[in-house]
Amino acid sequence: MGFAWGPGDILVYETQNKASGPTGSGCAFIHVVRKDEDIYSPILRKLFNESHHIFVGLQTIKDDLPSKSKKPQFVSISRNYRSVIRACMEELQQAAVSANDTDMATQYGNQVSILLAIELIWNLCEVLFIDAAPAGSLLLHLLDWVRLHKSDVDEKAKGVLQSDSPAEHRDYWDVVLSYVLQGRLEDTRKMLMKQAMLQPAAKSMYKLMDSLLSKMPFYNPGGTQTLTEFDVKWRNWHEEVDRYLKDNSFASNQHLEVICKILLGDEDVLLEHKELLSTWYYFLITRLLYCHPTVKPTELHYYAQSSMMMFLDSGVPEPLDSILLAAFEFDIHQVIKDCSIALNNWWFVAHLTDLLDHCKLLQSHNLHFGSNLREFLLLEYASGLFTHHSLWQCAVDYFDHCPEFGRVYLELQIERVPLDTERKALKVLRICEERQMSEQVRSICKIMAMRAVRNNRLGSALSWSIRAKDAAFATLISERFLQDYCAKGTFSDLDLIDNLGSTMLLSDRLTFLGKYREFHKLYGEKCFSDAAKLLLSLMTAKIAPQSFWMTLLTDALPLLEQKEVIFSAEQTYELMYCLEELTSSLITAASGSGRPMQEEDVEVTKVEMLRLALARNLASAIVKEGTMQT
Amino acid sequence: MFVARSIAADHKDLIHDVSYDFHGRRMATCSSDQSVKVWDKSENGEWHCTASWKTHSGSVWRVTWAHPEFGQVLASCSFDRTAAVWEEIVGESNDKQRGLSHWIKRTTLVDSRTSVTDVKFAPKHMGLMLATCSADGVVRIYEAPDVMNLSQWSLQHEISCKLSCSCISWNPSSSRAHPPMFAVGSDDSNVTYGGKVQIYEYNENTRKYSKAETLMTVTDAVHDIAFAPNLGRSFHVLAIATKDVRIFKLVPLRRESTTTGPTKLEVQIVAQFDNHNSQVWRVSWNITSTLLASSGDDGCVRLWKANYMDNWKCTGILKGDGSPLTGSSGQPSAMSTVVGSSIQTSQNALNGMSPPTDKAVGLTLTRCKELGFCPPAAGCVCGAGGVFLLMHVKRDVSTYLM
Repeated sequence: MGFAWGPGDILVYETQNKASGPTGSGCAFIHVVRKDEDIYSPILRKLFNESHHIFVGLQTIKDDLPSKSKKPQFVSISRNYRSVIRACMEELQQAAVSANDTDMATQYGNQVSILLAIELIWNLCEVLFIDAAPAGSLLLHLLDWVRLHKSDVDEKAKGVLQSDSPAEHRDYWDVVLSYVLQGRLEDTRKMLMKQAMLQPAAKSMYKLMDSLLSKMPFYNPGGTQTLTEFDVKWRNWHEEVDRYLKDNSFASNQHLEVICKILLGDEDVLLEHKELLSTWYYFLITRLLYCHPTVKPTELHYYAQSSMMMFLDSGVPEPLDSILLAAFEFDIHQVIKDCSIALNNWWFVAHLTDLLDHCKLLQSHNLHFGSNLREFLLLEYASGLFTHHSLWQCAVDYFDHCPEFGRVYLELQIERVPLDTERKALKVLRICEERQMSEQVRSICKIMAMRAVRNNRLGSALSWSIRAKDAAFATLISERFLQDYCAKGTFSDLDLIDNLGSTMLLSDRLTFLGKYREFHKLYGEKCFSDAAKLLLSLMTAKIAPQSFWMTLLTDALPLLEQKEVIFSAEQTYELMYCLEELTSSLITAASGSGRPMQEEDVEVTKVEMLRLALARNLASAIVKEGTMQT
Repeated sequence: MFVARSIAADHKDLIHDVSYDFHGRRMATCSSDQSVKVWDKSENGEWHCTASWKTHSGSVWRVTWAHPEFGQVLASCSFDRTAAVWEEIVGESNDKQRGLSHWIKRTTLVDSRTSVTDVKFAPKHMGLMLATCSADGVVRIYEAPDVMNLSQWSLQHEISCKLSCSCISWNPSSSRAHPPMFAVGSDDSNVTYGGKVQIYEYNENTRKYSKAETLMTVTDAVHDIAFAPNLGRSFHVLAIATKDVRIFKLVPLRRESTTTGPTKLEVQIVAQFDNHNSQVWRVSWNITSTLLASSGDDGCVRLWKANYMDNWKCTGILKGDGSPLTGSSGQPSAMSTVVGSSIQTSQNALNGMSPPTDKAVGLTLTRCKELGFCPPAAGCVCGAGGVFLLMHVKRDVSTYLM
């Protein structure tokens, strides 16, 4: 077995190591193994993209605001996250329905159920940790939680109501009881009305139940009523219900008697309706509703544990059960830990932990590693995103908000982003430049420059190496440009060379290239004397490499041959001096190497021609200068 | 974790090494069939072999990519006692159309008298340099002074390690505080010869590499060795494949300005895993060194991960065919087990109790928790779920077998 790490994949190949004998079959396959499949789902991509915006928004909430005013903001951010989950869920559901092969349908179905679980957990965490509702309103929030996630009642109710005779539908009592269990008493009353009409004889009994249901007090957090006043009111109501049960007011109708018992919070009766409650946590909320409506957050864990025990009986809790129980116990760390083990992606834990951390909930639990846990999870999540060909851009922001290791991670990850096109390279480069990651900037430019040179795109190579401020490489490319010029007599990438500006100072050779091109421009524009001056200075200031002098001098020929005198006498002397210096060094060099005669001849003729031209120019220059003086 | 695709490598003998290029868009394979193949990833994620050529006259042990700053450059080493450097030539458009590329040999490094067992390019900030190690116990460091001319390599250092070398790893740290450093491992199985991992460090004054440390506790044959990416830390992390997987922390001790010798290192063992229960052949880090992978004679690749409190745990196992180990339910993904696995009607899964028949994997998880394989309770987060769960299933299966 062998393997190799890639950015997101692992390659695994079969091999037989020295110890074992020959296999005969040779080895056939290399397997590409991927870590995180969710990233490649097109629908979940929306989740990643949209939650990224929410995440960035959350990070910009100022620390200095008083925590009281921040709470509503955090709650709304939490809701935003949840609505993104919901939107994704709906889309997946549709995809699952319309998928034509069953494998895809199951895959979508699985993803939906994961998101459902995530949303359920998140919602509970929002109620308990972020909103942190006090006694009284706590129960109201929990009821909302149940109603939101147990919406199959409404489906059933719809079926019942659409039938010809709703009161005789077989699901009728299921729906009524479900409404009661969820504390939806208005809906219950409406449903019961239909039954009452069918049974005129039992009219008074139904009327009594209706009044009990309508009288049940609910806490109103916005109102003036105190919790104690509410408690007294609730107790009075409870006693009244109890009285009617005891005097057998509902004895003749088992359904109404059951409702009555539920209203009294009779646990045995509740447990008889496990089917309708479906889970221990819905059982818990119903139990709280009819027994302990003023439950305090600190008491929750007690009821949660006992509800789970009662409901599951001897059954074993599943991961989701443990996670929710930990939430009811306000053990945030346990929730995060269990979620990271149970879920196959880091999205949920990373975002939830980040939000809880902003709510200062992790620090209070353990000052020592609170923010580290957040960073650890965010780094994991962002690293996962980085393996994706487009999501990596979101990951950058996550790394930016990890104070400890974010930058190092970003540095390591971003230089691995494949630079498929110049556009992509520029994008990566911009990100690095914004963060002053000079080493990465240099490396990216260098890679691009090297690639351009290999493909003989000199202009692009030059501009990349200028960006990399890589003098050696710029020299090398300038040299190539000059070679090209010598061979072809024209320059490529004129725009670039014309607009070098001060960047040409990066390397001597680049300066020469730029200046030499300037000379050609001046010459083309017939500014002969300026051109001549520049040409001469290139040699006298030693900007031009000596190997190039002959070319420069040859370039001087047409200037010397002009009717007008361009080079002054003094300039001509200097040119002559350059020529002599060049020929003397050429002679010493040539004596060593056995150059072919023919080439030598060409050189000699060239030198002769130059000498002649220079001498003639000198003559006319002296004449001209002499006549001007007199 | 899942197998995205399998590629028919088409080597005529065993593959010894596979290596990704820096960006993960190309890979190279080498084999006992004396050849190297280069593969390119197309737009749609398929891998195509774009070059295949005979590189050596013996088994090719290792193939490795230079940093793309130096162009498209490969190095290979072989039983034929040589290492070679290869460069891709931008070919005729004709070749490109057929999806072929052309690689030419830039140099053959012939200094070794025995099989060259490993070759590694130095971190890019040191320039274009490479290190080879060989069975006769010599590490050689070569440099190409002109990056545009890869046919000139000069032998800069020859370091004798006394023991037959099997693997070498450069310390990737580019911090100025850390002089160039490499670790070399020996597969000499004689335990009486002492430590099988040596750390060498470059000394600015003497301009030589000298031994900084020998890991005395590693006495069995070492097959692979890997420094972790540095992440700006002051210390170094080194993974070793021997009869088990070990992770060491090397902490440079403050040096007195007067001494000129190599930095003293404090060696701490961070983790040691014998889960392979056999010889371990490879260790390798991911980009950010959050995951270590190892492979052994048990035919499995195991993934190791540290949680945020630096506790190392196994987070995944891959079988020889690349598939993750699965439990009896045959479900490769984990979350389905959280909510009960049959989720065709998704509403059911959450609203209703999951059907009892599908609890198998969930049960396994809890049972293992009792056995104590799970992370300790102290807010420990370890591994992205799926993989983690699968490990538990594996443990459970093995207890059935016993």
